[in-house]
Amino acid sequence: MASATEAHADDHGHGGENARETFRGITRDVTKVNLTPIGRWWYPAFGVSLLLLGMLVVAVTHLFRTGIGIWGNNNVQGWAWDITNFVFWVGIGHAGTLISAVLYLFRQDWRTSINRSAEAMTIFAVACAGIFPILHTGRPWFAWWMIPHPNDMGMWPQFRSPLMWDVFAISTYATTSILFWYMGMVPDLATLRDKSKDKVRQVVYGLLSLGWRGSARQWHRYERAYLILAALSTPLVLSVHSVVSFDFATSQNPGWHTTILPPYFVAGAIFSGFAMVMTLMLPLRHVLGLKHIITQDHIHAMCKVTVATGTIVGGAYAIELFTAWYSGNLWEWFTFRNRILGPYAWAYFIMVSCNVIAPQFFWVKKFRENLVFVWILCAFINVGMWFERFVIIVSSLARQALPGAWGYFEPTKWDFMTLAGSFGLFGTLFLLFVRFAPVVAMAEVKAVSPAAHAGKDDH
Amino acid sequence: MARFLFPEWTQPLKKYVITPALLLGPVYIVALAAVVKDPQTLRIGYMPKQPVPYSHALHVGEMGLDCRYCHNVVDRSPKAAVPPAATCMNCHQTVLPKSEKLTPVRQAFFENIPVHWTRVTDLPDYVYFNHSAHVTRGIGCESCHGRIDRMVTVYQTAPLTMQWCLDCHRNPEPNLRDPANVTAMGYKPAPGEGAKVKKELQINPPTDCSTCHR
Repeated sequence: MASATEAHADDHGHGGENARETFRGITRDVTKVNLTPIGRWWYPAFGVSLLLLGMLVVAVTHLFRTGIGIWGNNNVQGWAWDITNFVFWVGIGHAGTLISAVLYLFRQDWRTSINRSAEAMTIFAVACAGIFPILHTGRPWFAWWMIPHPNDMGMWPQFRSPLMWDVFAISTYATTSILFWYMGMVPDLATLRDKSKDKVRQVVYGLLSLGWRGSARQWHRYERAYLILAALSTPLVLSVHSVVSFDFATSQNPGWHTTILPPYFVAGAIFSGFAMVMTLMLPLRHVLGLKHIITQDHIHAMCKVTVATGTIVGGAYAIELFTAWYSGNLWEWFTFRNRILGPYAWAYFIMVSCNVIAPQFFWVKKFRENLVFVWILCAFINVGMWFERFVIIVSSLARQALPGAWGYFEPTKWDFMTLAGSFGLFGTLFLLFVRFAPVVAMAEVKAVSPAAHAGKDDH
Repeated sequence: MARFLFPEWTQPLKKYVITPALLLGPVYIVALAAVVKDPQTLRIGYMPKQPVPYSHALHVGEMGLDCRYCHNVVDRSPKAAVPPAATCMNCHQTVLPKSEKLTPVRQAFFENIPVHWTRVTDLPDYVYFNHSAHVTRGIGCESCHGRIDRMVTVYQTAPLTMQWCLDCHRNPEPNLRDPANVTAMGYKPAPGEGAKVKKELQINPPTDCSTCHR
């Protein structure tokens, strides 16, 4: 409580001393994470993440030296874990923009306490996603050929290919998300600068906060820029995963060639993204002491989004099956029967039980309040959504029209190491974010806190 | 509590560092492109010293020797064939039999050790190129090798970039001629000759990767 007396200019409440105290409390509790030694839990978590990251480096080095033959991919299964991991991570990345842009435009104020960390999660997930297609090319040193540029080869990217659209969709998404995230952080970085005691932090946060003083003019421009960025990113929420789904939907392959894929992928992406936000936030709010900022109400809201999108995904599974049967197309129907009854049936049932059955518990308030249970369900959803991509990609390729060319995918240890390693990359980045950046959008939380509206009648 | 804002000394940075960088950035890119496109970078004019001062200008230009007299398998094989010393000796047994300049040729002929010519027009090893496919389809020698009949020492005239290959593969007509005149130098195709040859020989050059990268 001693630091409360040091709070200053950023408490511009309307509600008198009471509001001022609330604002000071928010600043104190959030900046505490960055400015006081972090809890002991952080070190083992960071150590494990670094170890996994090291594993990724080893796996990728071996891949670069040897080639993608080290993976389980084969003639039949040209796409396997590499693309599964890519779609999985891109999907995770969707909740961030949904929370920060769409919910902002819809004036869903509850977003403020989770948007910062959800955006960070988005960016780190997109970073994890981005490495997989590059590794998958087999010659990653030529990946820059995907950037259209005049060259002495007289060669341009194939603009008719959805894989190329992916490059633009994902890079646009990454750029916009980083801008949105960083710009939103500027006022909070300035708060950290002002609260820092040591010179290094003052200078580093000072540089990062770009000379923010919190003047009315700066706030005015900030709000405008935020609104513009929100409007720019909103279509991306729908477009990015739609484009990812085109990788499959525009092919002629039964199991991929369906018009339902774009909305189904977008719903699945938001579903997995929210599950991941909760997987991260439930332990985080506990260890960082932010339970009064990320409250049970937020968990209720996130659980409701999860059950809604999870149910859409379940519906999509059913419609997909129905369409395959109703189409009367032999190959289409065989592919779906093969998913359920074929050699990948185990993966199909993991997918259905994790994605369709698990979220249904969130209908019940009592379950939503049991946080350990919520966390376990979210972990199941993460697993289920990984398996969804695995089922779509691997099982559809395993048995195509020519029985002579049927195959079965078996991952190698390098597949496992790359997947686990990508979690290491994600964990490392996220833990560094928690340690050094403002995990909660303080300025925005203050603006929507009840104290900010206490003096409303005076105006 | 002191705030760290940008101190006053950072102000000139905008004027002297950031603005010039923004202005010079495009200049740098243009300069870089210019260097890349420079003939020297592309090795146009590359003229290695050969063991024998053989003059194409003399043999082809003045005496009218056909390319295929020495490069005799160019219309049947992927490689144009550098002639063995025996080909030279067909004439040089009687013409200038004692010339000092021809010592390496005679040496090669009698000791059966080839002359170490240096290859001038050298495509990268990952490119498959077939001379016969081009020569029999009416791509003149000079289209790629230039006016050999005027070169005392042979040098590279074409950039040999993939862009250069593709330019012709995408639009071959300007370089097509009646295959009867394929070795002619300084040839001016008749109007519409390229289109006619293209139609008659059904020339439709492939541009997919595996055409050249096999």
